[in-house]
Amino acid sequence: MFEVSKVRQDFPFLKKADVSDKPLIYLDNAATTLKPQTVIDAVVQYYTDYSVNIHRGDYDLSFQVSDYYEKTRSLVAQFIQSETNEVVFTAGASASLNIVAHGYGEKYLKEGDVILSTESEHASSILPWFRVADKTKAQVEYVPLTDVGELTIENFRKSMHDKVKVVVVAHISNVLGYVIPLKEITEIAHQYGAVIVVDGAQSVPHIPTSVKEWDIDFLAFSAHKMYGPTGVGVLYGKYALLNSMDPYYLGGGSNARFDRCGNITLKNAPYKFEVGTPAIEAVLGLGAAIRYIQSIGFEAIEQAEHALHDYLVQELKPFAHIKLYNPSATSGIVTINAIGIPSQDAALYLNSKGIMVRAGNHCAKILLDVLKTSETIRISLSFYNTKEECDAIVSALNDITLEKCIDLIF
Amino acid sequence: MSDLMKDPLILRQIIMDHYEYPRNHHLTQDTHYHKAHMASESCIDDITVMAKIEDNIVKDVCFDGVACTISTASTSIMTELLIGKTVEEAEMIVKEYYKMIELLAFDEEVLQEAIAFHQVGKQANRIKCATIGFKAIEQCIKEHKHE
Repeated sequence: MFEVSKVRQDFPFLKKADVSDKPLIYLDNAATTLKPQTVIDAVVQYYTDYSVNIHRGDYDLSFQVSDYYEKTRSLVAQFIQSETNEVVFTAGASASLNIVAHGYGEKYLKEGDVILSTESEHASSILPWFRVADKTKAQVEYVPLTDVGELTIENFRKSMHDKVKVVVVAHISNVLGYVIPLKEITEIAHQYGAVIVVDGAQSVPHIPTSVKEWDIDFLAFSAHKMYGPTGVGVLYGKYALLNSMDPYYLGGGSNARFDRCGNITLKNAPYKFEVGTPAIEAVLGLGAAIRYIQSIGFEAIEQAEHALHDYLVQELKPFAHIKLYNPSATSGIVTINAIGIPSQDAALYLNSKGIMVRAGNHCAKILLDVLKTSETIRISLSFYNTKEECDAIVSALNDITLEKCIDLIF
Repeated sequence: MSDLMKDPLILRQIIMDHYEYPRNHHLTQDTHYHKAHMASESCIDDITVMAKIEDNIVKDVCFDGVACTISTASTSIMTELLIGKTVEEAEMIVKEYYKMIELLAFDEEVLQEAIAFHQVGKQANRIKCATIGFKAIEQCIKEHKHE
């Protein structure tokens, strides 16, 4: 049985916040998430108890750490329903997306080919493909979004054609929080022979993932947005695709052998992409994060986040001075503006009340043309947030004025 | 410290007024103007300042762009402060302004309405906003001197 007060005890940050005299309300979970004690322990345990490098079979301790490292790979595979050898550990979702753009896009795309994406993409998702387009003379095209910024199956179908070789989409938009119909879109993309690259940074932590069921070709996500450590993430790719790609980095760990003539034999995926000593402690921390998510369960996570989202939207709706951009979103992201107040001033006003949110364009600079605003305030909720925390931001937004924002500098 | 500086109501009024009715808020196609585009990496501020400097006089300063209250108001005040000044006077005003931002002693007389920001240096996260327009005009002056 999910109890938020109990769950908050798992997070040192929240434990402290709950007894602090000063409010400390974290509502920027789309940027990064807080870490449960079990994740922190896993990271610290590596440094205190193991400390040695992986993949050095010459001594027991290395063998043991390598085993934990590889077991985490299997755990990730089970978590996203892939095969174990389809899981590449990377430096994060941005790194994963760059690996695909470089290793697949630059290798296989040619002049006249089309990369199809949307105007709601995060910079990390679309910028690598701008470079692919530049290098290969391929074109980037965009599926038109609805007037609330949603991607529909109809619009996607209309935008697909024979020249589209790669589809690049976020499963959940980091600005508006809409969950796209991924399975249907993948099916259409495949009918035209295109591969689909999915940015799962905002979805993997909040809804169950099944790469097998959706049949997607690539998926990128970061540990730190799913209660895990920073600096590590995952690239999932269908095994044949991963093996057909060129790794960006070459070096120790990724090659099987090489000779003085320059002949290199690379290892097979996923190891051909993992060069040098990885963030071992962070990978072990990611394992702890997955086990933590599994202990709460996605059913409880989704239920809690929907309930908070709906509650916050319902409380903010009556405010004439607050514009809501995505009341119908089904994830934990609530995007707003206080009319007449620049988002940054508003965010700093909320900060003065101990409330942490994100202001700006959220790295999705072209989406703002669709929304007809240059910036927004993004409130992003997680299952460990409470109704009381929602009440606090509602109360702060209730009497926000430009004067009060300016007065903060005196 | 002058009485004016102690009254946040008056200072707030100055900032509100310049935010809601920014002065010299336009750009020009005139090629005799120097142009500085300032885009903050960490926030939304994205402004362009243009300045016409002739015969060692700052003849005109104007600006446009998307920015927060502090950026807009401080840049608006900057344009009014600098128009009509010699290059040396303009440089001196910019220098005094930076002193104020760094919470050092400064000349209240020359900064006029810009003293509305005399406390902003206490908030690290707003310093960038309060100096963006001044950094832009500095660039324009530098460009002029290199001609």
